[in-house]
Amino acid sequence: MKREIQSFRDRPILRLAAAAGLILLILILLPAYFETYQMQLLTYGLIAAIAALGFNLLLGYTGLLSFGHSAYFGVGAYSVAFVVQYLGPHSMEFYILIGVPAVAITSALLGYICVRHTQIFFGILTLALSQVLYSLALKLYWVTGGSDGLRVPRPSLLMGLLTFSGPSGFRQFITSYYYYVLAVFVVCVVFMWVIVHSPFGKALQAIRDNEVRARFLGLRIRRFRWISFLISGTFTGLAGILWVPLNGLTTPDIVYWTFSGEIVFTALLGGFRNFTGPIVGGIVFTYLKTYAVATTEYWQLLLGVVLVTLVLVLPTGIVGALAKLGERLGMRKT
Amino acid sequence: MAILTIQILNSLLYASVLFLIAAGLSLIFGVMRIVNLAHGSLYAVGAYVTAWLIGRGISLGMPLHWLFVLLPVGALSVALIGVVIEPLLLRPFYRRAEEYQLLVTFGLIQILEDLMRLIWGGTPLSADTLMDALPIIRLGGLLYPGYNLVVIAVGVVAAVILWAGIYHTKFGVMLRATSQDRRMASALGLNVGLVYVSAFGIGCFMAGLGGAIVVPTQAAVLGMGIDALVIAFVVVVIGGLGSLKGALVGAVVVSFVRTAGIQFFPELELAVLYLIAALVLLVRPTGLFGTA
Amino acid sequence: MILLKTVNLRKQFGETRACDGLDFVVNKGEFLSLVGSNGAGKTTLVNLISAHLQPDSGQILLEDRDITFTTVTERIKAGIARSFQIVNLFDGLSVFDNVALSIFSREGKAVKMAVLADHDGDVRREALEVLGQFGLSDKSGVPAGGLAQGERKLLDVAVAYALRPRLLFLDEPTSGVSTHEKAQIMDTVSSVVRGGHVTAVVIEHDMDVVFRYSDRIVMMHEGSFLADGTPDEIRANKDVASILLGAPLAT
Repeated sequence: MKREIQSFRDRPILRLAAAAGLILLILILLPAYFETYQMQLLTYGLIAAIAALGFNLLLGYTGLLSFGHSAYFGVGAYSVAFVVQYLGPHSMEFYILIGVPAVAITSALLGYICVRHTQIFFGILTLALSQVLYSLALKLYWVTGGSDGLRVPRPSLLMGLLTFSGPSGFRQFITSYYYYVLAVFVVCVVFMWVIVHSPFGKALQAIRDNEVRARFLGLRIRRFRWISFLISGTFTGLAGILWVPLNGLTTPDIVYWTFSGEIVFTALLGGFRNFTGPIVGGIVFTYLKTYAVATTEYWQLLLGVVLVTLVLVLPTGIVGALAKLGERLGMRKT
Repeated sequence: MAILTIQILNSLLYASVLFLIAAGLSLIFGVMRIVNLAHGSLYAVGAYVTAWLIGRGISLGMPLHWLFVLLPVGALSVALIGVVIEPLLLRPFYRRAEEYQLLVTFGLIQILEDLMRLIWGGTPLSADTLMDALPIIRLGGLLYPGYNLVVIAVGVVAAVILWAGIYHTKFGVMLRATSQDRRMASALGLNVGLVYVSAFGIGCFMAGLGGAIVVPTQAAVLGMGIDALVIAFVVVVIGGLGSLKGALVGAVVVSFVRTAGIQFFPELELAVLYLIAALVLLVRPTGLFGTA
Repeated sequence: MILLKTVNLRKQFGETRACDGLDFVVNKGEFLSLVGSNGAGKTTLVNLISAHLQPDSGQILLEDRDITFTTVTERIKAGIARSFQIVNLFDGLSVFDNVALSIFSREGKAVKMAVLADHDGDVRREALEVLGQFGLSDKSGVPAGGLAQGERKLLDVAVAYALRPRLLFLDEPTSGVSTHEKAQIMDTVSSVVRGGHVTAVVIEHDMDVVFRYSDRIVMMHEGSFLADGTPDEIRANKDVASILLGAPLAT
């Protein structure tokens, strides 16, 4: 076979790597220009992007719409809080070490129950199960702190190498934590990218497109859905683990159904039919919500209206719309 | 013995309200093959509107017995909302992937829930004055509100009217024809759009009526819509989505199980309800009489 | 040599006996056409053999192995694959991915998530080979949803063929395409299938196609077999002729 030297334009993976590298460079350089508050916001945005990325494996690639992903985010956050409560403050790595298996097990268990059903029953079941966890978080106040929640102090990073105290401690923490989350974010993006482009990822999409045919290819539908659910919940749970040290506090609110709605929103906002959609959605939504909350007490109403409008007008989300625009512009050139 | 009777009556009361909500949901699904996630929130709207109307009625000095008229008025207001929502927000999505329908109705939940908070605030809105309109009944040494029996009666009457309406009127035939085969019905000259909006309106009326009749017995609170949604789904899961008989049977079953559950696990009442939902879906996903 | 055999296979839907005690035999290597009017029970028979449906009673034997109660996955492993009457593809995936997925599944590689699908050289090579055999090479990157009907039909067969089955069921592989395309499709299908030594059972309505490509024709009518033989034998059969021409059966 003749080896052809393919140009930059012909090798999509090179273009992708270049674009990603550029964006990463921007994200690395940003803190120099940002105030502490802006950096915090962007960190929250990256965390939301991780949560949405996980969620969209289930929606965009497997075709299952979950209304209960707040459960995994919550389990992640509360795991960290429990570690602090019962084992004392530790390094971030320790929190991740304990938290990730916790969310993985939760996703595995709940997922096993949920994937036996499809469409609307799947959705309602995910909602019902997350509400069970919510009511547990609320009612078992002697364990979970009830509606007051549990506090989580600033963790040390890199196994205790970096600690933050003193007058400039806060600013240092925010800056370091930003880079920490950015690193985890990059790892998550790479992982997820490989997963959706793997044979497993193709199988998921096949099951999404045509369950009957997928079964007649010999694929075990339920097993694939379950594994997808497990990975999805774990990613979102990891986001919860990263979120709570930044927020300083975890309350039952993050397990409530409205938070699941926010996760759904982020995927829709960015566009759930492509890979980068949820990432864009997560970051944009964080800014949108911050603005909405600052503007009105009834920001949920505002977001609900935006959600409905989005579905009516821009169902492919931001990235989808940009892609279509790009196509049209590309066609005009030739 | 009297306590047991009261427990049974309370279960029947709850079942009556559940039946109204679930039957509305089932009717809409049966005819239109869509699931309105905001159905529970509409029930809550019915409760809030009715409680508010009763409050206004009392402050305007309406005689107690006249306040009963406000119950169907509250239900009608919800039906009106439904009649506006269907052509605007739901019709664009009938031919699209089911996710969009779920997303729109989910967004609707957020809008309705926050609207209720905006209009009526966070404190519960009660209408228990209405219960004074009816005598208290003696049951072997214990006292039981007569109003509760009215709630049970409304549920029974509604079931009868629905059944008669669906199986013995021309409109019912239209509903059933459209639910069986939309294209065929349309080809035969039925105005499918009209049938859809009517079915949706009736379904919403029932949810609203459920909220209206329950609110004198328990105040309207934020979040009641979501709880109702999940429980209503448990009911249709047991009884089968799209079946009137199923909604009735499911409502009774869920109601009695809930009452028993509260007896033995009062702390985790909420969790018990949601766990019932999860368990039922695990064990019997097709329901007893479903057409899904 | 017998590859597949059913013994007194029955399936009833309410009052209708779709399969009324069928003793169906498929010989190794043959290209068999299953014909009959709509509702004769052909698709039901295929559904029963491919595990899409469970029989009411009776047995299904694959080379003397009883597979009556095996699952879809087990039957595919045993070597039975099928295509569908209404084209059933993964519209969101590319033509290439559609075929590659069959191969991944067959090889048990579909669960792998730590490698990129495109990097598996063996699978890639085989998928391209299959696409070439079915004349779809130049459409390899196109999403399956974007193909013309004739190409979709070919892809449908290719996806089932890529499972390298021993027994391949094709449910109306030429329906919905022009007469000219029908011949093209059947030429391709027939040559690939025979070349791969795959036994094929084709449900078909177009009798020209049936007579031109089949080794053996089995005719069904209201749940039973009416005739079974080579094209010449069927042509000579008077009962068959009257069914085909619509005249009442001579009793």
